[in-house]
Amino acid sequence: MNALDRKLLRDLWRLRGQVLAVAFIVASGTGVLVMALTSLEALSETASAYYERYRFAEVFANAKRAPAPLARRIAAIPGVQAIETRISELAIVDVPGFEEPAMGQLVSVPERGQPTLNRLALRSGRWVAPGRDDEAMVSEPFAEAHGLTLGDSISIIMRGDKRDLRIVGTALSPEFVYAIAPGALMPDDKRYGIFWIGQTTMEAAFDLDGAFNDVTLSLLRGVDPNGVIDRLDQLLDRYGGIGAIARKNQVSNWFLANELESLRRNAAILPSVFLAVAAFLTNTVLARLIAIERGEIGVLKAFGYSNVQIGWHYAKMALAMAALGVAIGWALGAWLGVINTEMYASLYRFPLLYFRPGPAPFLIAAGVSLSVALLGALFAVRAAVALAPAEAMRPPSPPGFKKAEGPFGRLLAWLDQPTRIILRQVVRWPLRSGLTVTGIGMSVAVLIMAMQWVDSIDEMARVEFYERQQQDVTVALADPQRQDVTREFTGLPGVLAGESARYLSAVFKSGTREHRGSVEGVEPDARLNLVFDAGGRRIRVPPEGLVLSSKLAEKLAVETGDKVRLEVLEGRRPVLEVPVAEVFETYLGTPAYMDLSALNRLMREPRQVEQINLLVDEERQGELFAELKAMPSLSAVMLRQAARDKFYDTIGETMMVFVSFFIGFACVLAFGVVYNAARIALSERGRELATLRVLGFTRWEISYFLLGEVGLLALIALPVGCLLGYGLAWEVIKTLDSELFRVPFIIEPSTFGKAAVIALVAALVSGLVVRRRLDRLDLIAVLKTRE
Amino acid sequence: MAAPNQSPRRSGETAVTLSARGLTKIYRTGEVEVQALRGVDLDLYESELVVLLGASGSGKSTLLNILGGLDQPSEGQVFFYDEELTGFGESRLTRYRRDHVGFVFQFYNLIPSLTALENVALVTEIAPAPIEPAEALELVDLGPRRDHFPAQLSGGEQQRVAIARAIAKQPEVLLCDEPTGALDSATGILVLEAIQRINRELGTTTALITHNVAIAGLADRVISFSDGRIGDVSVNTEKRAPADLAW
Repeated sequence: MNALDRKLLRDLWRLRGQVLAVAFIVASGTGVLVMALTSLEALSETASAYYERYRFAEVFANAKRAPAPLARRIAAIPGVQAIETRISELAIVDVPGFEEPAMGQLVSVPERGQPTLNRLALRSGRWVAPGRDDEAMVSEPFAEAHGLTLGDSISIIMRGDKRDLRIVGTALSPEFVYAIAPGALMPDDKRYGIFWIGQTTMEAAFDLDGAFNDVTLSLLRGVDPNGVIDRLDQLLDRYGGIGAIARKNQVSNWFLANELESLRRNAAILPSVFLAVAAFLTNTVLARLIAIERGEIGVLKAFGYSNVQIGWHYAKMALAMAALGVAIGWALGAWLGVINTEMYASLYRFPLLYFRPGPAPFLIAAGVSLSVALLGALFAVRAAVALAPAEAMRPPSPPGFKKAEGPFGRLLAWLDQPTRIILRQVVRWPLRSGLTVTGIGMSVAVLIMAMQWVDSIDEMARVEFYERQQQDVTVALADPQRQDVTREFTGLPGVLAGESARYLSAVFKSGTREHRGSVEGVEPDARLNLVFDAGGRRIRVPPEGLVLSSKLAEKLAVETGDKVRLEVLEGRRPVLEVPVAEVFETYLGTPAYMDLSALNRLMREPRQVEQINLLVDEERQGELFAELKAMPSLSAVMLRQAARDKFYDTIGETMMVFVSFFIGFACVLAFGVVYNAARIALSERGRELATLRVLGFTRWEISYFLLGEVGLLALIALPVGCLLGYGLAWEVIKTLDSELFRVPFIIEPSTFGKAAVIALVAALVSGLVVRRRLDRLDLIAVLKTRE
Repeated sequence: MAAPNQSPRRSGETAVTLSARGLTKIYRTGEVEVQALRGVDLDLYESELVVLLGASGSGKSTLLNILGGLDQPSEGQVFFYDEELTGFGESRLTRYRRDHVGFVFQFYNLIPSLTALENVALVTEIAPAPIEPAEALELVDLGPRRDHFPAQLSGGEQQRVAIARAIAKQPEVLLCDEPTGALDSATGILVLEAIQRINRELGTTTALITHNVAIAGLADRVISFSDGRIGDVSVNTEKRAPADLAW
């Protein structure tokens, strides 16, 4: 080891506090990057392997009842590689020992062996035996949630018949990686399960002999699904098809893809924040070191060391700090990656999980971090290189200050000297002050970004569960029925009030734009299932015309007063021109509402309903559930309380982990920036501070000189950080805008407050750590030496 | 040892501002032990100007630091009037420096971000009975330069600001450690004139450390230091003006 390298090691040891501060911030950036990249890699690899191995379909469509021979015509659509027709129905499931009625997605499977597409990963037990109509395979998460084991029985109401089915196997399917019930906000494994039942049993139960109501396709490589979808829609049109979708819109896959996308974004945004701050800190540490070692640099140059050697010496210092950070970040990132991936794997269920991170995430993270550190070092190193040896060996001229004019001067005039010193320091080095403000501000911003999630999700839940839904229970009918059926439900035990609604599948068209969805017919004076604007405004659905969610209006490029063409896909399948009566903002889906009577009038049908919302006396809920479990005509029962609890549980588990990670990171950031700023101030002004101690200032008084500056910068950083946080949160949120949901951009004032307090505490602790050094200030040495 | 440790009294009975008895100081740095003071007795009388003369390493700075409350002796006692400094803790020593002692350093040690006037105000803001900062600057003939920052002042001017800063609190004791050490002789004379004027006009007890024998002429008493002990004490019957000094 040559002498310069030995000096490097000793410098690193001497400056270990600051080296660690920089390293930890680099580690945060590297760690988040490694975490995001390894999780991303693990989840993408897992998903694509799963999709491929289990032949996840690429096009999905439903119909009312399509004759089996239609399958041949569908298979003949150019581009179709394979087809799987089946029966798929929602039904009420009665799990022994579970009071509430659960919702089951029943899917038919061939009697012998795997379907062509969407194959099952059998997790335990066996396939349903051919010819047995009392067997089912159940989704593994549902079985786990209820503690169901092989051989246990559950009851399912299939078209009015209550059937006892024995569980012979548990399985997972690429179709239900994210098993979310229709209309739900979060997967709820206790209340929604998938049941795979033999083809003949399903045909018999749902009266679909020689027919199917669900078709999935795989495509030849490179085929555009849209062309196939159009052809498929035409074929299914008269069999009650309500529009095929491509894989990317398949619910489970959509959520998964969306999650991967947000991971990808996190991989870009957050590490940039940390690494930018790390670059700035590297720069300040090196700049200070070079300033202190000015004399040494001059001597080295006088002895004949070249500029390159000296530049490289200091660049190595930056690289060493960053490399330490990278090493910590690798370990941190690998650990977080496992936690993160496992957290995802509990929401997104895979039969296999490939977490075997390759070198790429680590190399990318290291490459980015080291380059950033070098970039930060560049300016400081340039200064060292530029020093002429003779000049370097002379002490630097004292920093010049100018007397401030104008308002700043007048402000200074009535302040005490210590405060004047602080303010002049801040103004004298505006770039450094600005960067310190930005660094601490970034910490506040990261906190806001992380905690804002809770606000947004809370807001979503508030609007959904407390404003829009006033009902306790929603029951969906398997088929539309006359409105009188409502009375059957209001007569059930514990039901205080009931309100009906109807969904009509339709294609909305305006010019060349179209949207496949449904119109919800609601009662005009609804008191349970309300239409609420995101702003909290209650929308009254007028007797005529459509009330569109703004996302749908935007998609169709229509506004209030315009007409929308409705191609109804049910009943007599009328094509209607309906005016838009109102547009409102909502976070979930792309709903369209209409007065129930108006809807039925347009359909020229007697009043039909297919969903009933109930207000229930909590005391008698049990009785009601028992009755509902026995009702023949239901396809689903949804409980507001359960949905709400599940929502908060899931948030509680995943969001809090995420938020605490980031609180940790943000604290490291604030701590590191403040620590570094205070150490630099101490190094630069140690002499001044010792002088002040000699002049009779107490330790706490000189602490004010030392920490006042960084304290002031921290205070300035709070509003700056709030602004940055606002921007960062917006940047993250805006990309989540999709047809399925929009995350409301809400930041509660308390979030700003909490972020500010956390950052300040981290800054304060950091400042106090540095302050302890004032107790060891050598008062005598300073009087004897010239700086 | 027959070293004349006991200082001869000046004419007339004057109160003792600072007195030291049996001071020893041993510094330990690693395995090296340095004995900086080897038993020093000393009295500083009110209003006198004493020059402590000695080569570097003779222990004079150590003595000054102990008298100024910056350091504690290994053995011995120091009294400020009738208070024993050697019994003081950290915070009372700070208080002592704050209220009673003025320091002037070799390298001025001004705060670069404060103007001349503000550097003085820094001290007057925390002192119990200060004079006006501007008045202090007038005493060292720097009135017109009051709004200049240290970087805009010459070395001699900076040192005079340091003197103004030291005396603005009206300290009982003014301790100057090589105040002219970093200055050329012409500038040094201006600084010494300022110190002498303060001593004369305000009656501040002043101790001035130097290795420069020529400066001894302006003192009331000259105490020579060598090897951690007081070697020789002489009273100048005729004090010289700084302008008459030359080195």
